[in-house]
Parts: sequence; structure tokens; C-alpha cells
Amino acid sequence: MNSVGSALPSPLAAASSRRTWSRPMLLTAALVLTVIVAVQFGAVPIAASDWLNGPWSDATKTGGAHVLWQLRLPRLGLTLAVGAALGLAGALSQALFRNPMAEPSLLGVTSGAAAAVALTLTVFASLHAVLPAQARLWLLPLVGFGGALAVCFSLDRLSRWLAPGSIAALLLCGLALQAMTFAVVGLCSFIANDDQLRAINFWTLGSLAGANWIMAAVMGGALLVLGTLALRVAPRLNALALGEAAAAHVGIDVERLRWQCITMVALLSALAVAWCGNIAFIGLMAPHLARQLVGADQHHVLPNAMLAGALLLVVADTLARTLAVPAEIPVGVFSALIGAPWFLFLLRGAVRRMGSA
Amino acid sequence: MLSRRHVLSLAPAAALLMLGGRAWAAPQRVIAVGGALTELIYELGAQGELVGVDSTSLYPSDATKLPNVGYARTLAAEGLLSLAPTMVVATEEAGPPAVLRQLEAAKVPLHVLRAEHRFEGVLERTKALGELLGRQRQATALSQKLQAEWTASRAQVTQLAAGHRAPRVLFVLSNAANQARIAGSATAADAMIGYAAATNALGDAQGYKMLSPEAAIAAAPDVILATTQGLDASGGIDGLLKLPGLAQTPAGQSKRVVVMETMALLGFGPRTPKALTTLAQALHAPAGAGKTA
Repeated sequence: MNSVGSALPSPLAAASSRRTWSRPMLLTAALVLTVIVAVQFGAVPIAASDWLNGPWSDATKTGGAHVLWQLRLPRLGLTLAVGAALGLAGALSQALFRNPMAEPSLLGVTSGAAAAVALTLTVFASLHAVLPAQARLWLLPLVGFGGALAVCFSLDRLSRWLAPGSIAALLLCGLALQAMTFAVVGLCSFIANDDQLRAINFWTLGSLAGANWIMAAVMGGALLVLGTLALRVAPRLNALALGEAAAAHVGIDVERLRWQCITMVALLSALAVAWCGNIAFIGLMAPHLARQLVGADQHHVLPNAMLAGALLLVVADTLARTLAVPAEIPVGVFSALIGAPWFLFLLRGAVRRMGSA
Repeated sequence: MLSRRHVLSLAPAAALLMLGGRAWAAPQRVIAVGGALTELIYELGAQGELVGVDSTSLYPSDATKLPNVGYARTLAAEGLLSLAPTMVVATEEAGPPAVLRQLEAAKVPLHVLRAEHRFEGVLERTKALGELLGRQRQATALSQKLQAEWTASRAQVTQLAAGHRAPRVLFVLSNAANQARIAGSATAADAMIGYAAATNALGDAQGYKMLSPEAAIAAAPDVILATTQGLDASGGIDGLLKLPGLAQTPAGQSKRVVVMETMALLGFGPRTPKALTTLAQALHAPAGAGKTA
């Protein structure tokens, strides 16, 4: 395995190593602080005794303890995991496409899930009546997950067939497939009745309101496995940053790397989108923040993008559920409202540094 | 002295007494999700037990002073629980399903009442709410009053509609200056137009459709029916008639636009009988009559 980082001259490496340890610590501290604040704030006040009544005790059936253990904590867990998953998926997409504007939705994940859900709600609406009640709860998340993976992998097949090996062609095929899936959603909205239309709308807006411990556990488990795998491809992603041809010259199987990255991005964001709908901007934003903090080495970018994604989403969701109590504002409003100005600020810094270099 | 046996045999009778009389029932803390349900709760005199309403509960205006739990389809479990409800009453619109499951898990009784576009549905919901709130007597009285109003209103409709062709009515729901949706069959607007002995000009289509100029012209409505809220959004009657196609319809040519408050017209609540009378009077008025509120 080759590592681009080890090839740096020593003073630069020393500076970079200071940066790669002190700043992630700051990011982690910020995240811990935000989580503490997020647990405290909510529509229902939490008493100290609610903490003592663990999830196993009878007291958690109702009242503050129930809110804490069955609503707020699982939601916070899911928010952390989804934010980290979106951040990681974004970092992998940007490394794979070697494009700072890439994000998971370019692989068709979001639009694939939306199209599958829209079809299920309208054309196959009778499916709902056939299924037993228990299965119905899982229908939309499963269909969304399936749709996301289906579009993602057919995109991979299509681009291999049309222009094998070219990552630019993958990007363009993605845009074309996205247009087609949006057409499907548009058609479904047209034939939908009022109720179905609103259900489609709700799904495309994104929300973490339905969180429970199962979701948080599945998402956290997937994150653990895929995060570990992602770190293992980091050296090869560093080499890919030099270009596809250069990466191939140092002995990297670009095809295989691409396949691995796409699978990881698809699984991570399909899981997130299946349960929470479309949450904009985290996947685009988090990797930029990570690179600002720790430079371009993927060993550091990937974990820091996870931290940054989790931080952003927890802040956004805490605002979403506390500002309009007892109602709730869609989380996508805040992820974009906080993310976009921050993004512009980072852009300004990056352009200045490029100008002075 | 009563033996233990006697006490036990008396218990069921005592329980029945407690259930029957309101005096013993503890006051409920009710969240109403659905404007028509809120109106019915006020009509039953149970507004003191209301602790929260949704964003469609705009009438009576006192209801808007209560904590607002937001839009019926995007409820938040923690927000609902923060009001410490003993009961949530909702129409079938309430959601998302995941949040309803969370409510169930928190042991808050959730009562979903059917929302249908029939007057009989209003009576059914009145009865159901009366039972839930322990106000059966008030519910019976309200049902009788509403039924009497409805019978009178229907008789008046028959009278108004006699002797001329049923007017073709197009219901336009606009929420912005340049876009609108029009109501086909199986909508609340369609039901009210039918009760008013008029014809829905878009009866062939089902549900709400985007307004297309050609469809509006082909529907050839004699009257355009709109809501006060929609009219505000689209800039008054003149603004409404600027929507593509509407000016070219018979209704647009003669500027016949009937305007009613959204929840009164479409809510299927206690204001429905009076709304029907108002609607029918406006729809069957001689041509040339203008705006009705």
C-alpha cells in the first residue's frame, strides 16, 4: 500500500500531524457539547430522576422518563448515526468523483428512493391493503432502500456499458437517471389523490421524528461496519486523488475501488434516506468541513466528515424540534439554513488560500 | 354492617353510576387534530378540556390561542406529550404513522374519527366525541339541532334550485398568485356543490387537479367557488380571474365568484348546515350578482 501522506517533506508533515490531532479533538468536543445540550432541550422538561429510571424500569411507560428513554435518546442516536453516515457517504463520493461538488444524491440514491416510494404510494397503493399491519410499517423504508440501491447499481451497470472506466461518464449517467426518476415522481404526483400527494411530499421533505431504538441500532451498526471498511480504502482513495491513470500506474484496481465505494455510499445513504427521507446538504457540507480542518488525507477526512455530519445534523434537528414547540419544523430547513452560509464561509477561505499559494 | 360480600356485589352498580354521571369523571386533557373536531368540541361546551389544537383549528378564534401542535400530517410526539394529554382526537389525516405509533407506546389514547364528505359523518363524529368526553346529553342535543338546521337548509336548497338549470360550479383552491388547483369528484368541495343542487363542472376528474387553462375553459363553469384564504393569496377576485383560462369561462366573463371561509365550506363540522344555505343562496342567485362572503 502506498501512502501519499508519508511522501510529504518532514516540516510539513509535522505541521499536518499537529493539525490532524488537535482539530478533530475540537470537533469531538463540540459534538459532545451539542449532544449534552440536545438531550436537555425539548418540548417536555426532563427531571434528574428520569435519568435514574433506566429504560428497563416501569416508570418509563409514561411521563418524562418515557420521553427521555423512548423518544429523545433514540432520536438523538439515530440523528448522530444518520448525520455521520451522510457525512461519510459524502466524503466517499467526493473522493471517488474527485469533485468537491459530488454528493450521494449524484449516485441516484435519493431520487431512486423517492421514485420507489412514490410508485408504492400511488400505482401500487393496493399493496397496502394486502399486507398485514405489521409489515405495512416497514413497507416504505424497505421499498425506499430497495429503490435507492436499484437506481445506484443500474447506474453503475449503465455507465460501465456506455463508457467503461470513466468516472466523468458515471457522473453524467447519474444526472440522466436522476432526471428519469424525477419524471417518475412527477407522474406519480400527477395521478396521486390528495392524501397520496401529501404522503409523497412528507417523504421528500425528510424528518427524524419517527426514530426508535431499532432504527438507531441498525444505522449505528451499519455505520460501524462500513466506516471500518471505508478507512481500509482510504490509502487507495488518496492515490486516486492524483487521477485515474496515475492510480492505475501505482497498481490500484480502479474498477474494484469504484465498485467498493459505490456499494458503501449506496448502503449508507439508502439506509439514511429510507428512514428519514431526503435530508439535504449534510453529505455535501461535512466533507468540506473535514478537509478544512485536517487537509486532504482520506485517513483523516473520512472520520472527521463523520464527526462533522453528526454535529451538523444534531444542531439542525435540535433547532427543528425545539423552536416551534409543540409543533416541529422540517429538519431540512435547518440543515440547509446552517449549512449553506457555513459552506460559503469555507469557500471564501479556500479561495483566498488558493490565491496566496 | 355490610359484609364483605355485599360490598363486592355493590361495586359494579357503583361503577355504572360513576360512568353515567359527569360529576365523577375527571376532566380530560384533549388535543384536537382537525379544525372540524375543534369546532365540535366547542359546540359541546368541552373547550375547557382542550389543551392543544392543530393548524387547521382556526374557528372559533379562541381556539387559535391554544398551543398549536402544527400541521396534522407532521405531528411531533414529544410536542404532543409536552401538553400532557389524556386523549388525542384526530381525523384520518393525522400522521406521520411513526409518530402515531410513538403516541401509542406512550400510552396516550388516540381516537381517529372518520373524515368523510357526508353530513351524516358530522352527526357520527358528534356522537363519538360526546361519548369520549362524557357529554352524551350535549351531543344528542347538538345532533338534533344540527339535523334540524340541515333539514331546513336542504328544503331551502330545493326551493332555490327549482325552476332553473343547475349552475355549473368550479371550485378553485389557490395558494399563490399564479397557481391553483381545481376540485374534481371525491372532494369535500364536490360534496358541498352536490348538496347545493349544483353541478361540479369538473365532476369527470377525481381529486384535486392542477388548474390548466384548457380544462377550465372546457369545464365551462357558470360560477367560480373560492375560499377567503385562497382569495387573499391570489389577490382578490381580479387576481383570481387572472389565473390562466378562468377569464375566458362564462363565470369569468360575468365575474361570478362565490367566496366562502375554508373550514366553514369544506370542514364538515357544526357550521356545515349554515354554510350550505349560504352557498346555495349564492349559487342560485340570479346572474349578475357578485361576491358573497
